Amino acid sequence: MQEIAWSITLWLTIILAVTYLYVAMKSGDAADASSVAGAAGSLRTWLFAMLAFAFVPVTLMTTADLPYGAGASTGKAQVVNVKGFQWYWEMDQEEVKAGIPVLFKVEAADVNHGFAIYDEDNVLITQTQAMPGYTNNLKVTFTKPGTYKFLCLEYCGRQHHAMEITLNVTSN
Amino acid sequence: MSNDISAGGRLTVVIYQAVAAVVLLLLMTFGLLMRYSQAGGLDLSEDLFYQLMTAHGIGMVGIAAICGVSIMWFFLSQYVQLTTEIFVLNLILFLVGVVMILSAIFLGGFAGAWTFLYPLPRISGGAWGPSMAALHLGGVLLIGVGFLLVHLDCGYAILKKYGSLTNALGWPTLFGGPQTGKFQHQVDEATPPPTVVASTMVTIVNILGLVSGASILVITIVNLFVPSFAISALLGKNMIFFFGHVFINATIYMAVIAVYEILPRYTGRPWKSSRPFLAAWSFSTVAVLIVYPHHLLMDFPMPVWMLVMGQVISYLSGIPILVVTALGALAYVHRSGIKWGMAPSLLFLATFGWAAGAIPAIVDGTIVVNSVLHNTLWVPGHFHTYLLLGLVPMALGFMYFLIEEEGSTIDLAAFWAFIIGGMGFTMTFLMAGAASVPRRFAEHQPWMQGMDTLGSAFAALAILGVALIAVRFLGGVLASLKA
Repeated sequence: MQEIAWSITLWLTIILAVTYLYVAMKSGDAADASSVAGAAGSLRTWLFAMLAFAFVPVTLMTTADLPYGAGASTGKAQVVNVKGFQWYWEMDQEEVKAGIPVLFKVEAADVNHGFAIYDEDNVLITQTQAMPGYTNNLKVTFTKPGTYKFLCLEYCGRQHHAMEITLNVTSN
Repeated sequence: MSNDISAGGRLTVVIYQAVAAVVLLLLMTFGLLMRYSQAGGLDLSEDLFYQLMTAHGIGMVGIAAICGVSIMWFFLSQYVQLTTEIFVLNLILFLVGVVMILSAIFLGGFAGAWTFLYPLPRISGGAWGPSMAALHLGGVLLIGVGFLLVHLDCGYAILKKYGSLTNALGWPTLFGGPQTGKFQHQVDEATPPPTVVASTMVTIVNILGLVSGASILVITIVNLFVPSFAISALLGKNMIFFFGHVFINATIYMAVIAVYEILPRYTGRPWKSSRPFLAAWSFSTVAVLIVYPHHLLMDFPMPVWMLVMGQVISYLSGIPILVVTALGALAYVHRSGIKWGMAPSLLFLATFGWAAGAIPAIVDGTIVVNSVLHNTLWVPGHFHTYLLLGLVPMALGFMYFLIEEEGSTIDLAAFWAFIIGGMGFTMTFLMAGAASVPRRFAEHQPWMQGMDTLGSAFAALAILGVALIAVRFLGGVLASLKA
């Protein structure tokens, strides 16, 4: 997912930068303003239509599988209760099985924290917030066994960067 | 334009910009220190790091607002009758607020970040006490009151001339009807100019944003001393991010007026309030108010419809920026015979930076993407793009306009140092975010440090560029005062 986000951003930025450079280089060659305005108007209409055309399918695709509402039915999920404190995590399980959904029920004892799951290659695979007074339900199915670590991604004070705990994921 | 800016008003604008130039450099240096510390090149204590982070964050938001409001005030005062005394009072309140904030941070140890996420100011884990948190939040509140007064004055002046906010947003032109309202006879132009349209939008959204911000600030201050006076942490987040999103975005909506007003003087093509322009600004007025849930996409107890709305409006709100302002700037410059100087160069760059910054913001506004990018360095990557490469060049371009300086070889070198440094700096942030590196970490583990040194080098280059430009501006101001 991160690679897709980076590629889209990089290429669109390059296209934008090349367009700006082209216009800057052509800026000294004066032409009638109305002809440029007419072409820009057509381009704007075309661009708007293209974005509008892309909007619906992109929105439908990206909202088809949202991470919300995981607490409604636990099913066969392995339940892990998590609580964030300044500046450590408490987790009532040390081990879960791969291939079976895990429902993390995330709370906070004091201030807001961010509960972020990293795999063994230090790739962020998903996250939710940990808030005092609320339970954030996050459902994850680990596909690979290994030791996963959990960092805090919501600034919570002087030892924010040190909040870390691990969970072993074993083969099913 | 109907009237020239007064000498007192102009001088106040120059002082605003001078304050901005000096504080901007200081805060950029704070940023460099933090980045280099993460790279392992400096040994900042975690307490000092988070204090610098708090000062950098709240300071940059304040300076962005100072830059934006002074640009808006400068040009808006040429269309409507603004009150110079209120504008001066805002600067005084700002400076008093800054002293309170810096004292709380560097003398009292306050490090609650610029977002002061409730209830962190009260629960510091021993890093600071409630009185220092109150001093900091009181300073922020004071600054907010100053800006609120300016926006109320702008709103009053706009209403006095245009009769209604919808008139000032150009709705009669947009929807094809005649001007309406009892003040119709006072409207001397059929369609309000871009400056008035943008100022009206900012007046509407910032008054609402500042009221929300002031409310949560007061609640948090009371909570410091009366913990039983508590609210929902989620409600607190909503209020803070509503205020924060609106206020920081309004800074660029104010600063872009410099593009609308100054660039045409070089291209010879006046920036008009066309129907697409008016439609974009009216849409943005609504969008900027309802898009803030995209900051809360990982707060799962939020109503799902609000979070989906956050994504959808994130997509839609990018369109006016990309399709109207960026394309507009390109169209106004393309084959215009423009005589490039520092002001138009920086303003043209600014529209690029604004549009480029919208791209990673829209990407991150997608819920499934947000799951893996939220609160990583991707986030400062996107907002540094549109603030460092969007808002800052708008302010720097305005500074050259004020001192009527077209630029020399040194200015050109500064310009390119700023572009290369700024682009490199923001790209390293985005790359680190894509590599899952968390934001707001005082210490980076070795796997997080890949982009830190390079990012620091680019930051130093950008600071060098801004420093040269700031010296040129301050020198120009001093020379004009002597003359």
